[in-house]
Amino acid sequence: MSSTERPTRRGIFITIGAILNAAATLAIGIPVLRYLFSPKIRERRPGYDSWVPLGPVSSFPTGETRFATFRNPVESPSDGETAKVSCWVRNIDGRQFQIFAINCAHLGCPVRWFPQSNLFMCPCHGGAYYADGSRASGPPERGLFEYRYKVEGDTLFIEAGEMPTPGGALATLSVRRSSCA
Amino acid sequence: MRLIERVGRWFDARVQLANTAKGVLSHPVPRQTASWFYVFGSAALIVFVLQIVTGILLALIYVPSAGEAWGTLHNLNQHVSAGWFIRALHGWGSNFMVAIVLIHMVQVFLFGAYKYPRELTWIAGVLLLLLTLGMAFTGQVLRFDQDAYWGLGIGASISSRVPFIGHAVVDLLLGGPIIAGATLSRFFAFHVFVVPGLLIAFVALHLLLVIKVGINEWPMPGRIVRRETYVAKYHELLKRDGIPYFPAAIWEDVIFAGVVLLSIAACAVVLGPFGPGGQPDPTIIQTAPKPDFFFWWLYTVLSYLPPAAETPFLLIAPAVGIAFLIALPFFAGEGEKSWKRRPIAVLVVLLVAVGWGALTSLGAHTPWSPAMDAWSGEPVPAKYLEGRTALERHGALVLQLKQCRNCHALGETGGKRGPPLDEVAVRLTQDQLIRQVVQGGGNMPAYGKNLSPAETTALVAFLETLHPAGQAPAWNASQRATLP
Repeated sequence: MSSTERPTRRGIFITIGAILNAAATLAIGIPVLRYLFSPKIRERRPGYDSWVPLGPVSSFPTGETRFATFRNPVESPSDGETAKVSCWVRNIDGRQFQIFAINCAHLGCPVRWFPQSNLFMCPCHGGAYYADGSRASGPPERGLFEYRYKVEGDTLFIEAGEMPTPGGALATLSVRRSSCA
Repeated sequence: MRLIERVGRWFDARVQLANTAKGVLSHPVPRQTASWFYVFGSAALIVFVLQIVTGILLALIYVPSAGEAWGTLHNLNQHVSAGWFIRALHGWGSNFMVAIVLIHMVQVFLFGAYKYPRELTWIAGVLLLLLTLGMAFTGQVLRFDQDAYWGLGIGASISSRVPFIGHAVVDLLLGGPIIAGATLSRFFAFHVFVVPGLLIAFVALHLLLVIKVGINEWPMPGRIVRRETYVAKYHELLKRDGIPYFPAAIWEDVIFAGVVLLSIAACAVVLGPFGPGGQPDPTIIQTAPKPDFFFWWLYTVLSYLPPAAETPFLLIAPAVGIAFLIALPFFAGEGEKSWKRRPIAVLVVLLVAVGWGALTSLGAHTPWSPAMDAWSGEPVPAKYLEGRTALERHGALVLQLKQCRNCHALGETGGKRGPPLDEVAVRLTQDQLIRQVVQGGGNMPAYGKNLSPAETTALVAFLETLHPAGQAPAWNASQRATLP
């Protein structure tokens, strides 16, 4: 249709129809996009993390590294046992702690603590870490992920809520380097 | 019989598809394509249909909930009549489908079928391969056991390495901050709705193109593909030496499809369903997660790449590989079709096959994984303790207690992460042994902090006895010269 032609009745109705459908696309599409991206944009500031109790400090003896579990602060009804998360608690001197994520800093497999040799070993690709979480050998590019912690009264709390990954929030936390490596 | 015919005619008077269907089924194909080399595409389609049917059957029982999925798989295996068989059919069908799609691709590549004018058929095929692998991975997640749980962790860790948006990709992949209910639900939606929908769409396009453009003729050395002449020559070939696909060329497809389906059923009956393995409880960490067969090569690559090369490889190599496959018909769209005149194509296939096979067989043994229980489960062989002093025997005890065996084999048992220690004294002198134990290096952790001087002395004393009878241990020549 050239610009000099008079708009026809049919053309006007087609235009109105197109506008209506565009409006409908926006009205439906925007909530659909919000729904799809909800894991990222849901109402959460600053993030998923919140303080989670790990138990009384007395259950983590000084100088030892113990296994601990907690329920993720963000849960949904269908989570079942997958809402549970594991971590390693190292009580350095009774006042200072290191709480390591269970996930290997390489690709997330569960690392195991061997108190006899003071090493964390990963069963997947052979990553190994020293007692302070620093990298000992294998494919990991960095040390174990560490959670922030605080002690209130007699209870040890950690700031958790998200699976630690190399690109995730915990990754930016510094990890103590081993002095002898 | 007459009734069936009448009902058929009644329907066709309305839908009017009978003539089209007859035309499509009996479209002419070159005589030489009635061959056992041309059966893999139809076989892949038949297995896809089997996967749809068995998938729907499984969905009647399976509950895609992180809390219940594992239990419903056990219910299927143990309490539902033939539930184990349907699961086994679906699992083995998946393996067969990936294998047949790959064989189909190799055949098409070697026969030059991707060349003009079948570029789009090839591209649709590449996407079908990717979608098939997507089905294999998402299906492994639906078998919601320990391997699935930690496999998702690996997927999330890989995704998180994407620059800038990695963190967001992980959240979207997992459907939340951790691997949990929402993760399984979305993988269910992908495996059952999204990917199969795309598969059906691309299968339709792929088949439409096979009918419209015609099946690739048998490649003859010297018969060169040129854009200007190919279509006319192909039609001339069809006229001169064409046969109707149905009934003249379909029988190999039918027989092979039957053999494939029977093979899947035989595997299902004899070898049974896949898992599920241990329950997906994140607090049970006594596990060594492993992907399914078709991803073992990747498992190997991720273990052997130098750490610094890993992220670039993970993010760039797949994109380059897929781009190469899609671009192939555009930079090699003309010329020779016969593999007899395309040595580089044959070498590429051989190289990929040998590489894939080597990486896969390494993935079967996972020599890079520490044997997590070797230190407590595999004793030092008695022959290495006979005639040893008390100090040396104490060293053997240190070797066990400090988990050295998790990475080092003795008498064929133990981990293979590090070198076996049976003849270590031949390779390293006393000083070198002490240095290696205390400082580590060469992918071994340093044990300086974890061993007392007495333990190190005992351990090295024991290691020095590990040399074959009649072969002297390594010695330090300079030391002997200065300290007689």
